[in-house]
Amino acid sequence: MTLAIKASGLAKAYGEVVALNGIDIEVEQGTVLGLLGPNGSGKTTTVRILATLLQADSGSASVGGFDVVTQPDEVRSVIGLTGQYAAVDEYLTGRENLELFGRLFHLSKFDAAKRATELLDRFDLSDAADRGIKGYSGGMRRRLDLAASLIGRPNVLFLDEPTTGLDPRSRQGMWSVIENLVSEGTTVLLTTQYLEEADQLADRIVVLDHGTVIAKGTSNELKSQVGGDRIEIVVESSADVARASELIQEFGSAAASIEDVTKTILLPVAGGSTAIVNIVRKLDENKIAIADIALRRPTLDDVFLSLTGHATEDNEESSAPAKGRRGRKGRS
Amino acid sequence: MSTLTSQSVKEETAPRPRLGWLITDSIAVSRRHLLKITRVPESLFFALIQPVMFVLLFAFVFGGAIDVGPGGAQAYREYLIPGILAQTVMFAVAGITVGITEDASKGIMDRFRSLPMRPGAVLTGHTLASLLQNILVIMILSITGFLVGWRINNGFSNAALAYLMFASFAYAITWVGAWIGLHMPNSEVAGTAGLAWIFPFTFASNIFTPVATMPGWLQPFVLWNPVSCLALAARELFGNPTPLLGDSFPERYPVQLSFAYSLLLLAIFAPLAVRAFKTRNK
Repeated sequence: MTLAIKASGLAKAYGEVVALNGIDIEVEQGTVLGLLGPNGSGKTTTVRILATLLQADSGSASVGGFDVVTQPDEVRSVIGLTGQYAAVDEYLTGRENLELFGRLFHLSKFDAAKRATELLDRFDLSDAADRGIKGYSGGMRRRLDLAASLIGRPNVLFLDEPTTGLDPRSRQGMWSVIENLVSEGTTVLLTTQYLEEADQLADRIVVLDHGTVIAKGTSNELKSQVGGDRIEIVVESSADVARASELIQEFGSAAASIEDVTKTILLPVAGGSTAIVNIVRKLDENKIAIADIALRRPTLDDVFLSLTGHATEDNEESSAPAKGRRGRKGRS
Repeated sequence: MSTLTSQSVKEETAPRPRLGWLITDSIAVSRRHLLKITRVPESLFFALIQPVMFVLLFAFVFGGAIDVGPGGAQAYREYLIPGILAQTVMFAVAGITVGITEDASKGIMDRFRSLPMRPGAVLTGHTLASLLQNILVIMILSITGFLVGWRINNGFSNAALAYLMFASFAYAITWVGAWIGLHMPNSEVAGTAGLAWIFPFTFASNIFTPVATMPGWLQPFVLWNPVSCLALAARELFGNPTPLLGDSFPERYPVQLSFAYSLLLLAIFAPLAVRAFKTRNK
């Protein structure tokens, strides 16, 4: 096993504000690490340090085997970076942008042109290739931005909130593009506020809060930290709630909890689907009418809530410290 | 688990021709800015309209009230054009300040900094593109000047030297603008701050009126002001009227001093700007 990214003890403060409080990250080659956390949790700062844009106050990091501080040129030649906003030139066409970045990656004129055409095709931008970026939709800009970060065929790709601000359809599109890249062996470090996104794309997830790693593991490991599956039963009559709960307790892995108002019983279970059958049968034998029954798997939202005591939407923290961030213009 | 050892990969990377890359990277970046000019020709148009207005206003409206010695209005027009050229070179600096701040705020600067390109090329490319635009504007302004009565009276080689002097100064002073742009929080502030310092240098100078008409306490600043030196040197080289105050050093050696100023500005602000670029947000 080879580590594509290794960081230990990364710390960074902006004046009084601590952005990163000594975090460790390891990403194996060819895998996707999801860096999950609310605004201001230190995700962007981490990416900027690993992509050589920012220097950590302490700690060390290497990307593709190169030290980010002492070998920045080498690091830059193996990485691709896509930020929260499309970092392309508005006045140039899609093709001109890609050719510019290709030239700056020191491809020959011919190779830069060839690579640009290749990427435009691949990202479904051929039709718009020779139009100015100004007329691109938000999803197209993001795709172009991602294409630009792939110019140098990077081994390690940093995606800083790649789908923030995109509509659901464009988001799905980005996801499948990213999945394709990963299947070709690219190592990806992805930051996101969307639990669904980390769940979908990441092999392993690191949860950040206030610049500290508060949990790490696979999506399933994190979920099992909160507890396994639960069965949610809503009975027709409130008179039945207590009795039903007693009757089905034998199928549970822990004590059932009851919400009288909603006539709901929550029963933690080990084998989800068998338990459902047993419960339905038992309640039916006892003439208890069921209004609704569902198997609930914990989402990463539950994980975050149970780890931090606040939900991911808690954005009141000072936002990430990258300077001069502006709203995206001309989204459609 | 093991990390890739840095040595094993290091051997594969050949020594880089740093200067060669700096040049090709700069050309790629300046091409970007030149393309931009063709996409937004309005920016070039308005870069031109302002100095042309100044030429017309001073040649026909204010000029009659300013005395630059014998020759009346015709003499003033000859006096005016080298001054306007110097002013244009100064005002162009605000453009690069805003441009660089905009790049930085839009994230394209981060993309540049994450590429294995020579970091200095982002700035050399931008300043070179700005120089080319400047040269074009200076040519068009010279033609406008010719139309209102300005003449080159001192031979081709002196005139060529004058244009070379404008180009060197234009290039050097752009680095000041680039350096300022790298310290601005957003393009609105850059627009104001980028012009603020230019005004005193441009107007507390001899470009529109002779130094003798200004108060004594201001005269030393005006005499040593690089903009005055540039205008005076150009007037000498073009053979236009040069009403002098006395025989101070800047009035005796304006051409040499202008080139010296260019070198000095470049030597100070190019390294400062490159350093600011590399350490921005670090």
